Formats: sequence, C-alpha cells, structure tokens
Amino acid sequence: MDSKDYLKDISEIKDMMNRSSRFISLSGLSGVLAGVYALIGAGIAYWLVSNSGREYLILDGRIFRLVILDLFLIAFFSIVTAIFLAVKKARKNNNKIWDVTTKRLLFNFLIPLVAGGLYILIILNQQKYGFTAAMMLIFYGLALVNASKYSIGDIQYLGIIEIVLGLICALLPGYGFWFWVLGFGVMHIVYGTVMYFKFDRKK
Amino acid sequence: MSIINNINKVFDHRIRLGIMSVLMVNEYANFTALKELLDVTDGNLASHAKALEKAEYITIEKQFIGKKPNTRYIATKLGRIAFQKHIEALEQLIKSSE
Repeated sequence: MDSKDYLKDISEIKDMMNRSSRFISLSGLSGVLAGVYALIGAGIAYWLVSNSGREYLILDGRIFRLVILDLFLIAFFSIVTAIFLAVKKARKNNNKIWDVTTKRLLFNFLIPLVAGGLYILIILNQQKYGFTAAMMLIFYGLALVNASKYSIGDIQYLGIIEIVLGLICALLPGYGFWFWVLGFGVMHIVYGTVMYFKFDRKK
Repeated sequence: MSIINNINKVFDHRIRLGIMSVLMVNEYANFTALKELLDVTDGNLASHAKALEKAEYITIEKQFIGKKPNTRYIATKLGRIAFQKHIEALEQLIKSSE
C-alpha cells in the first residue's frame, strides 16, 4: 500500500464519521430564501401596523391577528423550502433523507425552539409583549447552537449571532422589529450565501 | 519499524474500516443503518462484523423489537483505542512519505 491508499483510507473514515452522525443535506439556499421570506413578511407587518392608524401594536384583534398569521406564514414557507431543498440535495448525493441523523437533528433543534415558542405564547397571553422579538432571537439561536452538533455548516455561529442580537435587542426596547429584521432576514441571507458557496457550490 | 506495527491488519479492509468509523462517533448502530451507510450486502456485513467481534473490537447485541430481530453493534474500549492508534499510524505514514 502506498501513501495514496492511506490518504483514501483517512478520507473514507472522515466521510463515514460525518455521514453516520451528522445531517449533511441542509442547503445554504434554504437559508437565503428563509431570509427573503422574513424580509417580505416584515415588510407586510410594517405596512399593516403603520396603516392601522395607531403607533403601537396592541393585542386587540384584527391587526394583531394578521401579524401573527404573517409570522406563521413566514415560518411555514421557510420550513417547506428547507425540507424541499434538503430532499433534493439528498437525492442528488444519494443520501437518505429520513434516517437517524435527521431525527437527531430535528429533536435537538426543536427542544429549545418549542420551549421558547410556548413561553412566548404564554407571556403574550398575559399581555406582556415587549420582549417578543428578543426572545424569538434568543430561543432560535439556542436551537441552532443545540442542533449544530448534529449538522454541518457551522450553524452554531449563526446561532451565537442570533443570541447576541436577541440580548442587545432586550437592552433596547422599542427596536424589536428592526432586530428581528436583522436576525431573521439579513443574517439568514448572509449566512445562507456563505454556506451555499462553501458547501453546495463545490460539488 | 514501529509505525508499521501500528497499522492494524484487522482494519485493513474497506468494510471493517467503515464499521469502526461509524461506531466511533455513534453510541451504537443497528444492522440496517450500517448496511445502508456502507452499501454492502447482508452476508458481507455480517462476516466483517464477526471478524471485528472476534478481535473484541466491537460487541454484537441481538434483541427483539416486537417480533423483529434487531442487531446492534457497539465499539468496545479496546476497539476504540486500537482504531485511534490505526488512524494515528495512517497519518504518520502519510506525513513521512510526503
């Protein structure tokens, strides 16, 4: 055996370790699109609130419910896009989409996210809605950091950025909307683009 | 040559190398998962797993989930150390040949 074979052995070991323990079919493009949806959704929410005749958003019905619906639509389209592109990437690379790594990634991503989501809903019901954007950013960031052990693409860095943005946002009440736009819109587009060129383009 | 001595004959096969790689980073792996990851036939996987078990590098646990048999493979401490040494030896060889 010459050194070329040893190199092949090493790269095969690495490949097996990654494929068996990490979900590798995440597409950078889904990050970019999630960011675009967030920006469009934020634009709609901004338009809704500024045309409501009031300066502040209050929990009293139509406009508030429309904004919540807007948020759910952003989440819905982002998730559908992520699934669609992941399935496509997995097929292209001949990987299985629903295996241990997928389940592990989802489980670890959803724990902080669902806990945070429920917490936000609970305090919204108690009329405390000042920190919603900050908490969305923080819990989403925690979910990303938690999931990063089970995926490629250094998503822990995006997670840490979201957490930091959320904390700064909590320090500056009244700017929640703009931090949300920055965290969920701009950061997703920047990060998705970097990941797309780093992982998807090469192959 | 001490480096050559660390190259482990037991791992000198693509499938056995693959089985150990998977088991190094997972608590355990079952038969079907390994089969799909390594893209091998049932018989091939079983015989190579047996070779690793004989060297006491992995343990094979057979159990039933309902009525379906489920075989789990787990790397032993000895196996982990041996595989680590094998990787180090591979790296050494690559370095020295450069």
